[in-house]
Amino acid sequence: MPGAMCLAIPMRIASIEGDEAEAEIGGVRRRVSIALTPEAKVGDYVLLHTGYAIGVIDEAEAKETLKLLEEIASFSEVS
Amino acid sequence: MKFLDEYQNSELATKLAYRIANHSTKPIRLMEFCGGHTHAIMRHGIRQLVPKTVEMRAGPGCPVCVTATIDLDRAIALARLPNVIITTFGDMMRVPGSYSSLQRAKAEGADVRVVYSTMDALEIARENPKKSVIFIGIGFETTAPTIAASIVKAEQEGIENFRVLSCLKLTPPVMKALLDLGEVKLDGIIGPGHVSVIIGSLPYEFISADYGVACVISGFEPLDILLCLSKLVEQIEAGQPKVEIAYRRGVKPQGNRKALELMEEVFQVDGANWRGIGIVPQSGLKINQKYEHFDADKGFEISLKPAREPKGCRCGDILRGVATPLECRLFGKVCSPERPVGPCMVSSEGACAAYYQYGSSPSPYSPPFKGEAR
Repeated sequence: MPGAMCLAIPMRIASIEGDEAEAEIGGVRRRVSIALTPEAKVGDYVLLHTGYAIGVIDEAEAKETLKLLEEIASFSEVS
Repeated sequence: MKFLDEYQNSELATKLAYRIANHSTKPIRLMEFCGGHTHAIMRHGIRQLVPKTVEMRAGPGCPVCVTATIDLDRAIALARLPNVIITTFGDMMRVPGSYSSLQRAKAEGADVRVVYSTMDALEIARENPKKSVIFIGIGFETTAPTIAASIVKAEQEGIENFRVLSCLKLTPPVMKALLDLGEVKLDGIIGPGHVSVIIGSLPYEFISADYGVACVISGFEPLDILLCLSKLVEQIEAGQPKVEIAYRRGVKPQGNRKALELMEEVFQVDGANWRGIGIVPQSGLKINQKYEHFDADKGFEISLKPAREPKGCRCGDILRGVATPLECRLFGKVCSPERPVGPCMVSSEGACAAYYQYGSSPSPYSPPFKGEAR
């Protein structure tokens, strides 16, 4: 998706070589730069923007947000 | 976990919509800063899910759209120089400048290539050592560190023919400029998720502290946006505006330190020219002295005629949140994605393109109102 300027998609890091990595989502693999996320490890999900991993997704926070959503929803009255 | 589908659950979305409707008592106006949010909101029919008390406006967060016409003219003039290859994100190709577009320059023989990443631009520079390879550097803080990384890489590898035309822009200063203009009274801002992955939430503190406006940083899936809206409504109803992160899996208060360091290494903060807003002090990034040999603003002789804005186009008003795309007389008539008059209709993040593409589609979720399709 060329030109999708502030979009970033989650991809899983499959392998790392220097400041580059192979990332994968839904069977699609691509070479990405991890120059901005040197802390990324194999197995991590990163947010990919124009070929660069701009952040590592915090899995614990992701689960926490889903729990919060469930909680909020359970208090909502659907009438 | 794929970090996508989980945030698209329609049962939860419906419940969140009810929660928002139940909590909202007074009329409020929110602005989604980011064009990515405008598209997600339109695509998922979120406007139809919020009660009539909640008005939503698109903001200036579309990098292609806010690029000033004169900067487009500059890119087109550079493209026409001999021994120059222009590399650019695809959205820029069809944006009309004063007298031409990059696409038209290409048709007339200029070497203009669409790239997905600055890494591709660097590769073109490696393959064409006798030509100057200029990357048109548009974007916000999300993109700025990727451009900084490419410049540092070019320096390390000695790629001397790589250049960047920096039209990079900064988010918090333009938010401040809009709040100072005061043309549109805002109660809350949907903070840009991916800009904030880089800069964190701290740079937005002035929004609530100085202006009493709520600011909640959001992700881009429907549940992310509904969670953000729910937090905004609750903050505003309680009269306690603050900065909150509703996209915690991606955004930390302090941002991405490595990315910020790279930006600091390569750029200096400067005034920037925004379409529809004008020069905003300290709202742009220029290449600093240390890396000036990569700066496409230097070393090329071009002459520019005064910029002309497309007649009748209200992109500027739309970017300031003063008007919605539907209030532009050109919208959907003379201006469409096939024949765009202004950049807001061209860019995949432009508000006009979003309204055009999704404006009449019903929400896939059940709205908490009966017979009130909006």
